[in-house]
Amino acid sequence: MSRLGLRLLALAYLATILVAPLVIVFWRTFEDVGAAWDALSAPDTIHAFKLTLLITAIAVPVNTVFGIVCALAIVRRRFPGKGLLNAFIDLPLALSPVVVGLSLFLLYGREGWFGVWLGRHNIQFLFALPAMIVATIFVSLPFVAREVIPTLREVGDEQEQASRTLGAGGWQTFWRITLPSIRWAVIYGVILTTARSLGEYGAVAVVSGRIQGQTETATLRVEEQYEQFNLPGAYAISIVLALMAIVVLVAMTTIRPKETA
Amino acid sequence: MSIVVRSVSKRFGDFVAVDDVSLEVEGGSLTALLGPSGSGKSTLLRIIAGLEWPDSGEILLSERDATALAPQKRNVGFVFQHYAAFKHMTVRDNVAFGLKVRRRPKNEIRERVDELLNLVQLHGFGDRYPAQLSGGQRQRMSLARALAPEPQVLLLDEPFGALDARVRAELRDWLIRLHDVVHVTTVFVTHDQEEAMEVADQIAVLNHGRLEQVGPPRELYDEPASKFVMTFVGDANVIDGALVRPHDVELLTEPDEAAMEAMIVRVTILGRDAKVELHDDGGAEIVALLTRERFEELDLWRGQTVWVRPQRERVFTT
Repeated sequence: MSRLGLRLLALAYLATILVAPLVIVFWRTFEDVGAAWDALSAPDTIHAFKLTLLITAIAVPVNTVFGIVCALAIVRRRFPGKGLLNAFIDLPLALSPVVVGLSLFLLYGREGWFGVWLGRHNIQFLFALPAMIVATIFVSLPFVAREVIPTLREVGDEQEQASRTLGAGGWQTFWRITLPSIRWAVIYGVILTTARSLGEYGAVAVVSGRIQGQTETATLRVEEQYEQFNLPGAYAISIVLALMAIVVLVAMTTIRPKETA
Repeated sequence: MSIVVRSVSKRFGDFVAVDDVSLEVEGGSLTALLGPSGSGKSTLLRIIAGLEWPDSGEILLSERDATALAPQKRNVGFVFQHYAAFKHMTVRDNVAFGLKVRRRPKNEIRERVDELLNLVQLHGFGDRYPAQLSGGQRQRMSLARALAPEPQVLLLDEPFGALDARVRAELRDWLIRLHDVVHVTTVFVTHDQEEAMEVADQIAVLNHGRLEQVGPPRELYDEPASKFVMTFVGDANVIDGALVRPHDVELLTEPDEAAMEAMIVRVTILGRDAKVELHDDGGAEIVALLTRERFEELDLWRGQTVWVRPQRERVFTT
């Protein structure tokens, strides 16, 4: 009886916190399908989604390669500063994205360390794609490394040693042995990185300048529509974002099989 | 293909794992590195394979200096205690691995893999994954995998250590037969002296990173070079500060000048032998191994007082 009660409580809690907001957004959107469609088909909205996908398409591979290299360094190598690196990987999880955005602002702004150099070479960094990509890479950095590190530890390095004695060099061993044995961790990390990149708001909001049709991502577009009291538009864009996230999450749960090997 | 180890040393921090070891392994021989845990036997094997670097000394493979060669350039086969099976590959792909990285033609690979799967009696298991095999089968698979690229040297690190006694004995016999068919120079590491005696034609005994003695099993048993070898290879009694093998302890039922009085505390019949355990007047334990005939002839019983006369005593200064 008490177990049943506990279960109901947990379900009710999840329903209130997670499901209800999603349901209400869906419901509101379908109240006014015409307005929702108008908002979605507006050129600025389409541009915003394209921009979000472009940033994600760049941030995810960069973080995947970085995450795998980092994990390999932390698990397989000994070097000074290893503990520090391990700790720093988690920094983006601990730091508010707004702070990340502001620090990029300081670093790359007209007076910043890198900003002076960029200005001299006429490179537009802030309020443009480069800053938005760097901000997104920063906030979605830990996921691949955090997934891969424990798996790499668990797998151990005997298979890699066996591969070496069988005549495989470093690269061959990585592609044929190491990568296949951590592949599910990598895929899982990629999915989390993707979800995080798609949904990034705070850091990008600070560094993008939010120029409609230029540096406005999908999440920024939601906020913009909301502020202009175009609620059906805000809801509709939110729904597409939510659906993308759901697809990613479903992919994550179905893709990870019970391995026979 | 011979192996020469020349004054090799290796430390891990303060721990001296291998201490100035020199050893020659003849081409085609089957050599055991025998010693207790921490004696440096596995480290020495890994140095030969290139999986560890020596701090000093040289490794020669087929008379060529291999000290600085990466493991993938040494052409050695290595078998790990815990198999190191490639879990994401089928048995067939595991065995084919060394041939694939050498980019051999596909049909040649297929033929060689079939041949090896037959040799290790795993035909019909080619499409399984390592997780679907028993421990013994997995170890046979890794043996086939190690043999596939036709290595000049086969190195096995406690290959039967993770298996139960029956499978262990089976694989042991099988390794001897395999070595008769595939005359590859083989070195295996074990802490089990019986295993070393049974399988190897040459044994190198290691203790605390130092080489104590090298020789054929019989020589090690009959002419041990040190106290450690005498006690580690076979059993030994300590009588008056000298070491005596149990079958060199003669028992007399009558008093004798050169004999010491002792009381029988336990008698065990071991097939054709009888093991008699005794206590001398100081309470020290002595074990005597007698043939059944001798045992019946003497008509010994528990609690009886007898006289112990050591036959071949050995005194070691080290």
